[in-house]
Amino acid sequence: MRDDVIEVRWHGRGGQGAITAAKIVANAAFVSGYKGVVMAPTFGTERRGAPVFTSLKISKEKIYDLSPIATPDMVVVLDHTLLEEVDVTAGLKKGGLVVLNTPRALESYTFDGMKIAISDVTSHSVEAGLPQGIVNSGIIGTFAKASGLVDMDTLIPAIEKEFVGKRPEENSSAAKLAYERTEIGGK
Amino acid sequence: MYIIESGNVAAATGVKLSRAQVIAAYPITPQTPLTEKLSELVESGEMKSEYIQVESEHSAMSVCIAASTAGTRAFTATSANGLLYMNEQLHWAAGARLPIVMCVANRGVGAPWTVWNDHQDTISQRDGGWIQLYANDHQQIIDTVIKAFRLSEKVSIPVMVCYDGYLLSHTYMPFDQPGQDKVDAFLPPFAPTHFLDPENPANFNTVTLPDVRPNTAGVVEPGYMEIRHNLHEDMKAAIDVYEEIDEEYNKEFGRGGSPFVEEYKCAEADFVAVCIGSLSYHLRDIIDSMREKGVNIGVMGVHMYRPFPNAAIVDALKGKKCAIIFEKALSYGNQGALYADIKSALYSSEDRPIVHSYILGLGGREIKTEHLVDALTESCNSPETVGDDTRWIGLKLQA
Amino acid sequence: MKEKDRKFCSKISRSTPGPGDGGNTGSWRVVRPIIDLSKCIPAKTKKKACFNCWLYCPDCVVSKTIPPTIDLTYCKGCGICAEECPASAISMVEEGSLIGEDK
Repeated sequence: MRDDVIEVRWHGRGGQGAITAAKIVANAAFVSGYKGVVMAPTFGTERRGAPVFTSLKISKEKIYDLSPIATPDMVVVLDHTLLEEVDVTAGLKKGGLVVLNTPRALESYTFDGMKIAISDVTSHSVEAGLPQGIVNSGIIGTFAKASGLVDMDTLIPAIEKEFVGKRPEENSSAAKLAYERTEIGGK
Repeated sequence: MYIIESGNVAAATGVKLSRAQVIAAYPITPQTPLTEKLSELVESGEMKSEYIQVESEHSAMSVCIAASTAGTRAFTATSANGLLYMNEQLHWAAGARLPIVMCVANRGVGAPWTVWNDHQDTISQRDGGWIQLYANDHQQIIDTVIKAFRLSEKVSIPVMVCYDGYLLSHTYMPFDQPGQDKVDAFLPPFAPTHFLDPENPANFNTVTLPDVRPNTAGVVEPGYMEIRHNLHEDMKAAIDVYEEIDEEYNKEFGRGGSPFVEEYKCAEADFVAVCIGSLSYHLRDIIDSMREKGVNIGVMGVHMYRPFPNAAIVDALKGKKCAIIFEKALSYGNQGALYADIKSALYSSEDRPIVHSYILGLGGREIKTEHLVDALTESCNSPETVGDDTRWIGLKLQA
Repeated sequence: MKEKDRKFCSKISRSTPGPGDGGNTGSWRVVRPIIDLSKCIPAKTKKKACFNCWLYCPDCVVSKTIPPTIDLTYCKGCGICAEECPASAISMVEEGSLIGEDK
């Protein structure tokens, strides 16, 4: 329908905080001048560990269509083990971007015709001082580096605001580390 | 001040700004985050309210009835089967003329179980005497909650503010939170017309005999039928009251102007799609692309469902070739509820359009853009052929 | 279709779920049930007794055998079997600790 809407689909497992990550990016995008921001999580019964996805739509103008993203411009995958059970790139537009948290090397991935950005967010987050498994703040750094959609100057305060009382500096630190160590490849 | 939050939080913020004094609510998907947010606000002291924990929705409405009768501003929230559980108390609150405000995050009703969105819960309660207002997005949720308290207290009729479960309750988008001072100026403290007063003891809602009869002072008291007639007449008069309230809100806060229906590109249209809730916004992109292909079509979202704003509906649809009604609810064994109400409103209108009926989205069945386009295209190309039959969109296993 | 030819009540909600009905639930697991056969009643007595774990498992992954076995393909680690075992024979063990052992 509209071609002015940037669609980002976030894939995670219940409890990993994909919604929070998308919400932080949404807040930063809004502050950056994107008036239209809509974030829709998976609707329904929830369970820790079960695959979930969140749709984030961004536009300069108000967005009226809340339906789930069918043809994303970008997908962000918080957990590489999801690749085995979920078709994370379903509908991904040609030349689209895949952002992936993985300990594996860039070369071990091929997504035909897509741009790919990886980072071992799980390890970087521990290095930043977070408990094992908190990846939703770090992945924002990888997303920022690869997409250029929102800059870190806007994202870092958004991250710290969201995590007030819950290790805000460690979370923004994880994002910065992931940002610096993001590797980008693919077409 | 703009924030990006969920529809449930928008509703909770509206309740906070409205300074609800008593909250009694039982959690149910997809309303639960609303009640959780309210309990956090009360716990932290940000809201100076009594939060009364109850073991069921029937009790939730019972507590609201008691609180309102005692002269306090009462609020509750629910969805689907929770709304049905309090059913007898809904009728009670309306008959007792209590200005309770309730948010309903629309969800389909069992059996079988569903947690996903449709409108059967509130639509099936349309006859009970509650005012029903529906929001299309988060901004309208928070604004309508504030206006609802003002309306219900003015006309002494309970109001339910309805919004799509999940589609609005759980999605996040930016909305403006009005300032407390401005809301206080718009919504003064509750001044009840009738309430329990130890200085002036009285009975409320005792058994009324079939006929009127004089009291011990010789004054003829209204009977059941007079009281019910008064509710009906006051409800119809509430249409004009809400228009004034909406106008005042628009002046103060800069938002509103469509208290009954919200039209998009309908003025010069031949065809108008009509529906309730977030779907009316979803249809806007489709309307735009059909217009690019030369179809003279618009979309209208209905905000006030009860009382039914007959004049506004007729005004919006008269002279059009065809009105295409999309609904996420129906009156089983007959027709779509909104469809029937619209046809009835248009009955004596000389210039009335052909009216089509589509049922979709029940139990959260995904509403695909291409299905909407197909339905609208067929309705616009051959309005006489589509005719009176209720059509279902997105139904599978047709065999 | 004439009303008298119509077959009524052709679509209701009636289900008999089995393993895998909830999807790829095995991948959700964070803790895994381990049965101590020295405590498990059917294992100890060699009798078809108890089987609470089989009865209560929401994913139908426990076999009603002596001893009971758990199909890890779909076990989501909910811990209901451990909770319901009257002999306290089932313990929930961190998946992470087992991966370490495998390594």
